[in-house]
Amino acid sequence: MEQEITIKVDGTGHRLTVDTRTTLLDALRERLGITSPKKGCDHGQCGACTILLAGRRINSCLALAVAFEDEEIVTAEGLAEDGGLHPMHRSFIEHDAFQCGYCTPGQIVSAVGMLEEASSGWPSSVTADLDADEIVLADEEIRERMSGNLCRCAAYVNIVSAISETAGGEARR
Amino acid sequence: MSITTTGRAIGRAVDRIEGPQKVTGTARYAYEHETEYPLYLYPVQSEIARGRVARIDARSAEALPGVVIVITHENAPQLADTHDKELAVLQSDEVAFRGQYVGAVVAESFEVARHAARLVSVVYDEESHDVGLRADRVDLYAPDQLNAGFETDTAEGDVDGALSSAAVTLDETYTTPMEHNNPMEPHTTVAVWDEGDLTLYDSTQGVHTVRRTVARIFGLERDRVRVVAPHVGGGFGSKGLPHANTILTTLAAQMIEGRPIKFALTRQQMFSGVGYRTPTIQRIRLGADEEGRLTAISHDVIELSAKIKEFAEQTASATRTMYATENRRTTHRLAALDLPVPSWMRAPGEAPGMYALEVAMDEMAERCDLDPIEFRTRNEPEVDAETGLPYSSRNLIACLREGAERFGWEGRDPTPRARRDGRWLIGTGVAAAMYPVYRMPGTRARVRSLGEGRYAVEIGAVDIGTGTWTALTQIAADALGVGIGAIELRIGDTNLPSASVAGGSSGITVWGSTIFEAARLFRERHGEDPSEGDTVEAGTPDNPETENYSMSAFGAYFAEARVDEDTGEVRVPRMTGVFAVGQVINAQTARSQFIGGMTMGLGMALHEESLVDERFGHVVNHDFAEYHIPTNADVGEIDVAWIDEEDPHVNPMGSKGIGEIGIVGSPAAVANAVYHATGVRVRDLPITPDKLLR
Ligand code: FES
Ligand code: FES
Repeated sequence: MEQEITIKVDGTGHRLTVDTRTTLLDALRERLGITSPKKGCDHGQCGACTILLAGRRINSCLALAVAFEDEEIVTAEGLAEDGGLHPMHRSFIEHDAFQCGYCTPGQIVSAVGMLEEASSGWPSSVTADLDADEIVLADEEIRERMSGNLCRCAAYVNIVSAISETAGGEARR
Repeated sequence: MSITTTGRAIGRAVDRIEGPQKVTGTARYAYEHETEYPLYLYPVQSEIARGRVARIDARSAEALPGVVIVITHENAPQLADTHDKELAVLQSDEVAFRGQYVGAVVAESFEVARHAARLVSVVYDEESHDVGLRADRVDLYAPDQLNAGFETDTAEGDVDGALSSAAVTLDETYTTPMEHNNPMEPHTTVAVWDEGDLTLYDSTQGVHTVRRTVARIFGLERDRVRVVAPHVGGGFGSKGLPHANTILTTLAAQMIEGRPIKFALTRQQMFSGVGYRTPTIQRIRLGADEEGRLTAISHDVIELSAKIKEFAEQTASATRTMYATENRRTTHRLAALDLPVPSWMRAPGEAPGMYALEVAMDEMAERCDLDPIEFRTRNEPEVDAETGLPYSSRNLIACLREGAERFGWEGRDPTPRARRDGRWLIGTGVAAAMYPVYRMPGTRARVRSLGEGRYAVEIGAVDIGTGTWTALTQIAADALGVGIGAIELRIGDTNLPSASVAGGSSGITVWGSTIFEAARLFRERHGEDPSEGDTVEAGTPDNPETENYSMSAFGAYFAEARVDEDTGEVRVPRMTGVFAVGQVINAQTARSQFIGGMTMGLGMALHEESLVDERFGHVVNHDFAEYHIPTNADVGEIDVAWIDEEDPHVNPMGSKGIGEIGIVGSPAAVANAVYHATGVRVRDLPITPDKLLR
């Protein structure tokens, strides 16, 4: 069965017809040629396909495209409004927070979404005080909150420092 | 070959030149190249581990709208070369392992192809299969030789005599499980067959390797086959040799000329047919005198291979040279099983073998009442025991000392289970490692003047995340005596000169040496002020020093383990690795590779294990939910350093490979730390909580 949908990706609207079984990830990659979100498992187990949906990070491989009529999606490619590099992109490059780069767009989108969650006061399972007004993003918090994004090259140490620096920078601004 | 260049670019921490594309996700991996009207392939995999395909009924699959063809052994074209049984895809009705491709559906969409593959009904004549590796099997055999050409067995001196008269002895068996490489980008091929010309966008560690293999198997002239791989999402060995998925996709492209065929394995499919690390059963016997000098080393390995193709991992090879002794024996025995073919996984041989040896060394140090660093120092060899050659450089002891200092080893109380923090038992461990400097044949490089002081440097190498784009740019800059901005590096395409596979940590040694040679010849012929278009191509020069020296990289690894006394949960809050690898090419990407290797070693120590259900012959935990690799929260602080090591003999850069050494000593350091924390010696990887609570 097929259905027509409209979605907005990285600021551009698209009208397309999809098989109702098509995931959001496959719709982006195969139908629209937007290959910034990657497919690492197709089962919600690796985070390579992470995108921002209305500002929140989700695994696009677990979402069916037809369920997202008129939604706004942001991928790693569209993070910077001017199409250039977002501070998180730059920090990942400077900290060498990737090797093969396959998990990287997902890591970066996830990191941006995670900072938003933390600044909204969402606790994680390592947050000591669940009622605290402010989440302090210590390394342990970052590690926990980023553990939905696997990296087989194991750039984790550098991912933590890249995010930590970006988070610190944002807090200072 | 005796000048070590201390150029301006080599050694610097240079950001990855492809960084902006990778962070935004615009770097193109195999599946992502733009193709017109592609078709999608989904395989049908055998549901038995041994037997024959009796009947295939594809009618309901073929009737599904959008299905273009169902391919089986009944309609697949005959391949020109079927000697390699792993790659003789759909050439007979025989089933040699569970998960083998017995068919494929090609359809207009991924969804339809996957749906149709499920509708293909296959009836089998099942035969009994055999997938259990056990030490007491009567059919274990000695292969003719091991991977990388190592001898199967070695013996010197009188091991039994030395063991029986030794003051201190050890006789223990260590086991490591089957493990799967699982690069984050699944193995992928996009094949386009157009009027006799074949183009493959392949996820591979060697575009030229794929071209050679595919040309041979399909009976094509090599220059009709082009393989393209500008970016590859990891490999760790599994993409080193072409596997059946590439052949299957090409077969489909041959049958449907003109339409691109796309096939990316699902994560589940990554657990059958793209290689894995063999499980091992390793018996180690050590003898030492009163001073803690090893009088005997014996390392006997039992591991598996596949019935359809032999792969013999060189598990005890490092034991042949790591420590000094007069009496030494190593053996390798294989069980040929009804399983997919094992293959390379990061440091095949050294990783499982040195885990066993370095845990045995830790146990032996304790029995000799010596600090494990002191024990290793006493057994440091003068020369390579196998060849009798001196080392071009061997700075293991310096790594151990530097690491001890950085980690804070001194004053360590060797008593196990002596430190705790509430419920957490705390321990520290150390291990050592070596990794040989491999050279591979068949590389050429081309230097061309682009005018205005700019140069194109062309070589058909690939970057699988190792930093090749950046490191070769740095090397080319120094080789030509220009800044890195003047170099336009071109890699990842068989239209470029032939290059060896990115494997065995050999890439920079081979490709870098070849670029140096091409640059030298270029300057010789065209001087410092060439005309636009001046071009020189060169092959890898011989290095006569390989006859005079043994060449290896070395490393020392330290880990702290915290073990929950009640649950057996193991945390590793910090690790230190110090390496002796000659000249580091790029300080930034090198550090990442060491960290990555050590982290993968942490996974080998604590998490990774592919579990084969012997009743059915397949890996049951075939996804990331159940095959655990380290996640961000599993990794603590990792401190990495390297010592200044000048090696004028190894190659013009003075560099040794670094892609694999990081993993080699890491599992043993963690295992030794867990023992020190708990007093429980687990000799069976991975060290899961149940084994600590027994
Ligand atoms: S591809 Fe979506 S989580 Fe792995
Ligand atoms: S950079 Fe390779 S998987 Fe993360």
